[in-house]
Amino acid sequence: MIELDGLTKRFGNKVAVDHLSCRVSPGMVTGFLGPNGAGKSTTMRMMLDLDNPTSGTVRIDGRHYRDLQEPLKHIGALLDAKSMHGGRSAYNNLLCLAQSNRIPASRVSHVLDTVGLSAVAKKKSKGFSLGMGQRLGIAAALLGDPEILMFDEPVNGLDPEGIHWIRNLMKALAAEGRTIFVSSHLMSEMALTADHLIVIGQGKLLADTSMADFIRENSRSFVRMRSPEQERLRDLLHAEGVVAVESGNGSLEIDGEGPERLGELAGRNGIVLHELSAQRASLEEAFMQMTAGSVEYHAHSEREGAEPPPPVGPHWGDQWNQQQAGEATADVRTKGV
Amino acid sequence: MTMPPPQAQTPPQAHQAPQQPQSQQQGWNGPVGQYASPIPVRTPGLGDAIASEWTKIRSVRSTMWTLGVMIVLLIGIGLLTAFAVSVSDAPMDDTPVLSLGFFGVLLGSICVITLGVLTIASEYGTGMIRTTLTACPSRARMLIAKSIVFFLLAFTITTVTTGVVGVLQTAMLDGATPDTGFWVRSTVGVGLYVATLGLLSLALGTVIRHSAGAITIMIAVVLLPLVLAMFMFSPTLAGVQEALFEYSIPNQLGAMYDTSVTVSGPTGWEPLWIILGVTAVAMAGAFASLDRRDV
Repeated sequence: MIELDGLTKRFGNKVAVDHLSCRVSPGMVTGFLGPNGAGKSTTMRMMLDLDNPTSGTVRIDGRHYRDLQEPLKHIGALLDAKSMHGGRSAYNNLLCLAQSNRIPASRVSHVLDTVGLSAVAKKKSKGFSLGMGQRLGIAAALLGDPEILMFDEPVNGLDPEGIHWIRNLMKALAAEGRTIFVSSHLMSEMALTADHLIVIGQGKLLADTSMADFIRENSRSFVRMRSPEQERLRDLLHAEGVVAVESGNGSLEIDGEGPERLGELAGRNGIVLHELSAQRASLEEAFMQMTAGSVEYHAHSEREGAEPPPPVGPHWGDQWNQQQAGEATADVRTKGV
Repeated sequence: MTMPPPQAQTPPQAHQAPQQPQSQQQGWNGPVGQYASPIPVRTPGLGDAIASEWTKIRSVRSTMWTLGVMIVLLIGIGLLTAFAVSVSDAPMDDTPVLSLGFFGVLLGSICVITLGVLTIASEYGTGMIRTTLTACPSRARMLIAKSIVFFLLAFTITTVTTGVVGVLQTAMLDGATPDTGFWVRSTVGVGLYVATLGLLSLALGTVIRHSAGAITIMIAVVLLPLVLAMFMFSPTLAGVQEALFEYSIPNQLGAMYDTSVTVSGPTGWEPLWIILGVTAVAMAGAFASLDRRDV
């Protein structure tokens, strides 16, 4: 259990983390999501007492990190793969950590085996690939068999097999009742592993929700229709009381109707369709929409029009919808008369 | 306490052995559902931190290189000077034979300075410091453990090597037999002095956090006063010049060998007390820096 209370970190005038309050619960994987520069790593460093908060507190199992007697048995952390001395062997890098927490040396071989690095245990970690370095970092996190595990961007540099491995590892660790806190800037990765989501942007808490709720609220399913007789199709749908929105590429997007009914409708009226497809807005888009206002470093595109992601989510077509709703009521009234 | 010892001995399965009673409890009794490790919890202390630092210092190449080069320098230069003196037939007069070890130690101290700085600054360079402090959140304990391990290692190597050089030199030259007090001062005393100088470097490395920067500054601290003093021809600066000569590290190291270039200034064991005082202040500064700054 990790509790953050009003956690704030200021670097000069820049606020990296802004009054962040949340709680990371045991028995599940909590995803910590935010664009690059959102303050994820700073938050994690403050959790581990590496950076001092400007204000606010972090409690690990109710205690401040510095008051933990054998911290590796409470919390294991993978901050970045390069947090080891490259000139030291993988075994010795872990051994010195184990010794400082009175962890039996047998654990070192055990965790090296768990992450699949036994064969290179005596090799200098300098020569490790990014993926091997990541595995070594994970071995260090597992060393004390801790109740809380914290991973900062764990899939970075891993091959598909490694990514699969770490996903399953995190799920298995959570199933044992451990608290798993994992940061990422990839929504798609989180959707596969996390049970709970904490989203931050520019240091502020944007969302603290269960993954299921997030998906329910943010994944919009709609039907896309494209026709050479676009105007006729629109009038027809309008007449049937179906709300259709013109999208950027000349197709219509329809919410709340299945493709079956729409296809039959077009068929009955002899309208040629070039496309009739069920669509689902990705969580990635929902995430980008949520954090669009708080992205720290935008890549500037030379080309005009290569703008941020298509607007989806709560604000999508609001104005048009309202207008339509007004007309629809007017229609009802006319029909009623 | 609740764990039977045999189970505690066997390495537990990190993620394949769910604690069944606990997973059953999960969900209806708040924090009870948390994972509990079968690894015995034994509160670690300074001794464990020292064991950890010993593993660190012995498992990197730089330790072997710096101390190896120092041993070669001490013995090589010690034998060369003894040989040069023995063939030159220059009168030794009242110059104590053991003082010939001075030149080797002066050069060798650069190696100890380098190792002292690297002991902590390399952790900042590699990012290991984050892992270290995550495992040992007590910064004082970490700094003390590092200091003890480094100091004992540097002291032992320097004392043993200066002892060996002293024995070889007295065997090669027929000077006056040095008394026991002088023997102790030129081996144990010099060992303490050089190791403390290394500790000062470790303190500086903690504040600077950059290997090359801290090593350069330390070498400047050793050499600059002497170089500056050499260029102070003006009579108005005579007082400053003398102080710089007297308290420069090479001169104080020479004083431990009774061969200081100045007539006044610290003599005998005094240089050791001076550097111990300076290092204590630097260590306090290093701890304050370590305790307050972000890693």
